Amino acid sequence: MGGPPQRETPRPLLPGHGSMDLQTFAVQLLNGVQYGLVLFLVASGLTLIFGILGVINLAHGAFYMLGAYLAYWLTAATGSFWLALAGGVAIAFCLGLALEQLLVRRLYGRDHLTQVLMSYGLILVIDEARQILFGKDVHSVAAPALLAGGIRLTDLQTYPVYRLAVCIFCLLVAVGVFLLIHRTRIGMIVRAGAENREMTRALGIPFDTVNRTVFAAGIALAALAGLVVAPISTVFPGMGDGMLILSFVVVVLGGIGSVAGAAIGALLVGLTDTFGKVFFPSLSSMLIYVVMALVLIWRPTGILGRREA
Amino acid sequence: MTAPADRHSWLVLALLLVLAALPLLAPGYYVQFATKILLMGIAAMALNLVVGFGGLVSLCHGAFFGLAGYVLALTAPRYDPAALWWSLPFAVAAVALVALVIGALSLRTRGLYFIMVTLAFGEMLFYLFQDAGFAGGSDGTFIHYKPELAVAGLTLVDLEAPAQFFWLVLALAAGVILLLRHLLAAPFGRALRAARDNERRARALGFPIYRLQLGAFVLSGALTALAGYFAAAQFGFVAPQMLGWHLSAILLVMVVLGGLRTVAGPLLGAAALMGLEEVLKLATEHWKLVEGLAIIGIVLVSPAGLRRLATAAFGASASGGEHLAAPPRSTAEDTTATDRSIRHA
Repeated sequence: MGGPPQRETPRPLLPGHGSMDLQTFAVQLLNGVQYGLVLFLVASGLTLIFGILGVINLAHGAFYMLGAYLAYWLTAATGSFWLALAGGVAIAFCLGLALEQLLVRRLYGRDHLTQVLMSYGLILVIDEARQILFGKDVHSVAAPALLAGGIRLTDLQTYPVYRLAVCIFCLLVAVGVFLLIHRTRIGMIVRAGAENREMTRALGIPFDTVNRTVFAAGIALAALAGLVVAPISTVFPGMGDGMLILSFVVVVLGGIGSVAGAAIGALLVGLTDTFGKVFFPSLSSMLIYVVMALVLIWRPTGILGRREA
Repeated sequence: MTAPADRHSWLVLALLLVLAALPLLAPGYYVQFATKILLMGIAAMALNLVVGFGGLVSLCHGAFFGLAGYVLALTAPRYDPAALWWSLPFAVAAVALVALVIGALSLRTRGLYFIMVTLAFGEMLFYLFQDAGFAGGSDGTFIHYKPELAVAGLTLVDLEAPAQFFWLVLALAAGVILLLRHLLAAPFGRALRAARDNERRARALGFPIYRLQLGAFVLSGALTALAGYFAAAQFGFVAPQMLGWHLSAILLVMVVLGGLRTVAGPLLGAAALMGLEEVLKLATEHWKLVEGLAIIGIVLVSPAGLRRLATAAFGASASGGEHLAAPPRSTAEDTTATDRSIRHA
């Protein structure tokens, strides 16, 4: 079954509780941030689809899983991870466009229960399609040669270059998404749509196109996360489930529709999970939910959420 | 607003009475399959108290279902059957307590947030048992003996016998239908529905909305636990998957198939879905693909169509036999009210 994809995080040797040296702390901090950034890629798509389309998409995690399998399949087929990355995102984006046109479009304005059930049906279909296309085996994907190897920290510790690259890449994507939404005309339309759908439509904005693009972009972001994570995680059928739950937690923490909130939530979850595993190994899987419960008591609509959801 | 106590649940009760003859007529496999349907049906009816009558879409009822089984597994002696007298109330009470905590936190939110938060808390329980060492971790754990229902050494119901197990579960299902009917006709149920239909108005009328919904959530969790306890006893095994949210989603499908506004409808929904699964499993290895497409297809039909479809399906089969799902009154008006309430909840 699903779990956070980075279960195999190399755990450094610790002298004991509390007495963590600076180096170990820095490595864990980096792990936490990297995990949080990957989480942000998935959750930002989810929160945009929530906020702008008003659709709850339980199948979002399935697209993350699909991304990882695409990384495996396309790397094997083309021999290049980079081609796989580009191809995977393109395939996911087209899939998103098609699904919006076929199914999701019919969910706008419908009750949440309908959306939950439709996206659950979609999960079953995607899972089974994955089974037919790629089988149910667990796979691993090699990191591209350019980013293989590690940076030597001490005699005993190295930090994989690829993980660092994932950090930087996700950060760039995050900044890109943020700029796109807050600094461009497209972003303005998207924000206007999230604020007041009817008014935006009345102003003559081609909302159908916007909706379709936002959905496809959200799906592509989830698949992108799966693609970049494939070399540092195992690729397995249940990987989408764990990611879905965590990105829901991120959206609850940050507030629906808020990309900045998703960034805060994702880093909070990433750091809580990573440091939780170090300091409270037995409680680590619960810790995230404790944080979520605390935030709910403090602000029921998320850290950056609006009062009326 | 008409009372939910429609004729339809009497028809289901009558059907259950007829079904009681099953162990005398059918081989053991069918009796056990019918037991499974009844247990899922009880859980779906329990869930519908929150979803259909409370207007709150919960995605953590699968966790309540599985948790009850885990409580049975953990409290049962290793080489003896557990005594049902105390282990069942203990499991139900434990789950009710968990539902109280989860409900108290989740009900601070509405709509999308409620769905996500219940999903997250449900999965928290899943990961707790998946990662924990005390309950077999991801492998799960066996329940070697079915619980014992005995007074002073005299066995009242022998749960090792599938027929007796079936009759007990059948009686429970009937009991749950009667209890829910009674509750929904009582002031509690009326107030709960009022809050679903127009929360602001209900609040203005002075109903303690939060406490009402929390009460419904806890009761619904406890009844789900009842089903989960017996399901675990029947399987003789519990694993983290039984706590997972896929079960919650399946229960929701059953609820919608059977009818959101009916007490006993979800039981029929459970029968329809599990029957479909059984047929699909025989027909194709990729039955989940077909099931997924079927769920999407059902949802794609117009909102009112969810129920119209269920009515049509049952209505078609009913022409030959029992009138399983008599069409509920005022379909269109009723359903739009449901949509509105769920969207606004």
